[in-house]
Amino acid sequence: MTLAGKAAIAGIGATEFSKDSGRSELRLACEAVRGALDDAGLAPSDVDGMVTFTMDANAEIAVARELGVGELSFFSRVHYGGGAAAATVQQAAMAVATGAADVVVAYRAFNERSGQRFGQVSSAAAQQVNSSGVDNSFHYPAGIATPAATVAMAAQRYLYEYGATTEDFGRVAVVDRKHAATNPNAWFHGKPISLDDHQASRWIAEPLRLLDCCQETDGGIALVITSAERAKDLPHTPVQVAAAAQGSGTGQYVMTSYYRDELAALPEMSVVGRQLWEQSGLSHSDVDVAVLYDHFTPYVLLQLEELGFCGRGEAKDFIAGDTLELHGKLPLNPHGGQLGEAYLHGMNGIAEGVRQVRGSAANQVPGARNVLVTAGTGVPTSGLVLGDYG
Amino acid sequence: MTGTMDSDIAATVHEKAERIAAGGGSKPRPARDPVNTAMINNWVEAMGDDNPVYTDPEFAASSVHGGLVAPPAMAQVWTMNGLHGQRAEDDPLGAMMAALDEAGFTSVVATNSEQTYHRYLSPGEHVSASTELDGVVGPKRTALGEGFFVTTRTSWLVGDEVVAEMTFKVLKFRPAGSDDGTAGDAGAAPWQGPSGRVVDASERAAGVLRPVISADTEFFWAGTRVGELRIQRWGDTLRHPPGPVDPGGSMEATPDYVVAAGHGTVYSYVVHHNPPVPGKQLPFVVALVELDEGVRVLGELIDADPGEVSIGMPVRAVFLRVDEELTLPAWEVAR
Repeated sequence: MTLAGKAAIAGIGATEFSKDSGRSELRLACEAVRGALDDAGLAPSDVDGMVTFTMDANAEIAVARELGVGELSFFSRVHYGGGAAAATVQQAAMAVATGAADVVVAYRAFNERSGQRFGQVSSAAAQQVNSSGVDNSFHYPAGIATPAATVAMAAQRYLYEYGATTEDFGRVAVVDRKHAATNPNAWFHGKPISLDDHQASRWIAEPLRLLDCCQETDGGIALVITSAERAKDLPHTPVQVAAAAQGSGTGQYVMTSYYRDELAALPEMSVVGRQLWEQSGLSHSDVDVAVLYDHFTPYVLLQLEELGFCGRGEAKDFIAGDTLELHGKLPLNPHGGQLGEAYLHGMNGIAEGVRQVRGSAANQVPGARNVLVTAGTGVPTSGLVLGDYG
Repeated sequence: MTGTMDSDIAATVHEKAERIAAGGGSKPRPARDPVNTAMINNWVEAMGDDNPVYTDPEFAASSVHGGLVAPPAMAQVWTMNGLHGQRAEDDPLGAMMAALDEAGFTSVVATNSEQTYHRYLSPGEHVSASTELDGVVGPKRTALGEGFFVTTRTSWLVGDEVVAEMTFKVLKFRPAGSDDGTAGDAGAAPWQGPSGRVVDASERAAGVLRPVISADTEFFWAGTRVGELRIQRWGDTLRHPPGPVDPGGSMEATPDYVVAAGHGTVYSYVVHHNPPVPGKQLPFVVALVELDEGVRVLGELIDADPGEVSIGMPVRAVFLRVDEELTLPAWEVAR
């Protein structure tokens, strides 16, 4: 059997995106879930499944208790940080397709700016006593101790191997911020940047500058997943999960897969891409909108290559001109991405995918039918193809 | 060292040493074979000594010796125990090693050997050897760990005549960081380790995030403490970072390690500017280095001008000694 078309995203919900929410992460999660259920025309009592990230601080049962969800027949968590985003929908879709649950809520909520900031050094991550802590022993003490630094190592090699420049990284940031500028929900609404702004921004971890790095955000996002059949009876156009997949590469580490033959590559995203095209029966040329995970700009270029939009090292040429703009060949992150809208660990990108298929996005790509959404890069990851197939 | 060795242990070691020394020399143990030309021929070939006085009977007959003689440096060869040989029961070195094993000083390294030759030996002569314990000094803190220097004196005899003598010294030690709760002290840095310089980083790296160490990676961190960049080896395959299973798939295989020479080139690097990282001074360079041995190892590239760093640049290993327990592998530009 295939997962294609079995499930649909029937509701999306979000809090505001801020730098200081002023309330608990559990409260944010509950607001997002409640919003998504309202959007789907469902009640908390309709929910029987919940999925989130292992990194999320809000237990499924806590959210269920607060909202009066009652009994749950399915609950699951996905590991590897932002790599979990699309996989929460995959988990939900599999639960729905197999009858493990009828209505599953996927959520992610945190005070990632006012609380624990991912951009800072996490001694807890460095010193966890498990196999990941042992993995981390080979880079934290050496000084590779932030997400930006982990990406910078691969980005430096990418520049060297393929003759790209940091301006090519900057072009991704400029497009994201251009789209955010016209998205009222985006943190950087009304604040576009130029390539000069990018080049003038301070170094974080060379070759990454400040404007190559996503924001830190307080907020919550939730998605309601149910069967494609049931979704037809709900208020919104059902946004079908045409494909959902996870991927981990050979010799995989979390953000530091430095020991594989190719450093300037994301083979785990290739694992995801191959499954997405096979499940959906589509190919990269069918994609109308690409919501690509953009915590750091270099990995957007590498994703374009791994997903087949262009060859290895050719992303700098592929994105030249207006390719990634709303009217371009491959509109990228119309919501502004995580650099422009908010950093919700990839979940806001899925919500944008839903809006694009519904035709209700702030920066709507006309006639968007097939939307590709990817999750965290540099980690074991996941991806989705969403669409309206009647 | 974070503390001094239990004085009882040291006292016990010295007490046993005195008893063993008081026993005098071991009963002279005869060589397996008399001095013979076959062994001489093999030995001089292996050593690259082409003096014909050892191998050419005619030449030797015309020499001051009047016939073939054995190289004096072969003295010890004649009384080697052989591949499956056992030490004599009254051998004082064996007894002292056992006493130190018992006290927890389980590792050994030979430190020096001085031989004195009183005369040449000729084929057909049968030598025997007797060893006595000359002294035990310690405890001493060394780069390898805390231990005792054990000196023995061996005499080679033909009949009652002493033909050669040797003073032999070994360090019998407890490896740094062995699980007795103590860590060896690498000694006052800087000093040269097998893979690179060990430098004092107690100030520059104060507060650095410490590695989580497992049974699979313990050897690596024990290595950095003694200036060794240890790379795990499974058969012929090197792997880094290390792990518990043979990359070849065998569940029966066990790993050992090679000590890297410490030379490599920058495969990629990062110049870290922000945010601050514990134990590092901003900005700093971290390099992913491809070792000459073929694996990549990550470390801070110290004392480098970020502007001069490039991919392909040669670097060499250096070790940042943070404290008794932690020494970090790092790199410096090979100039």
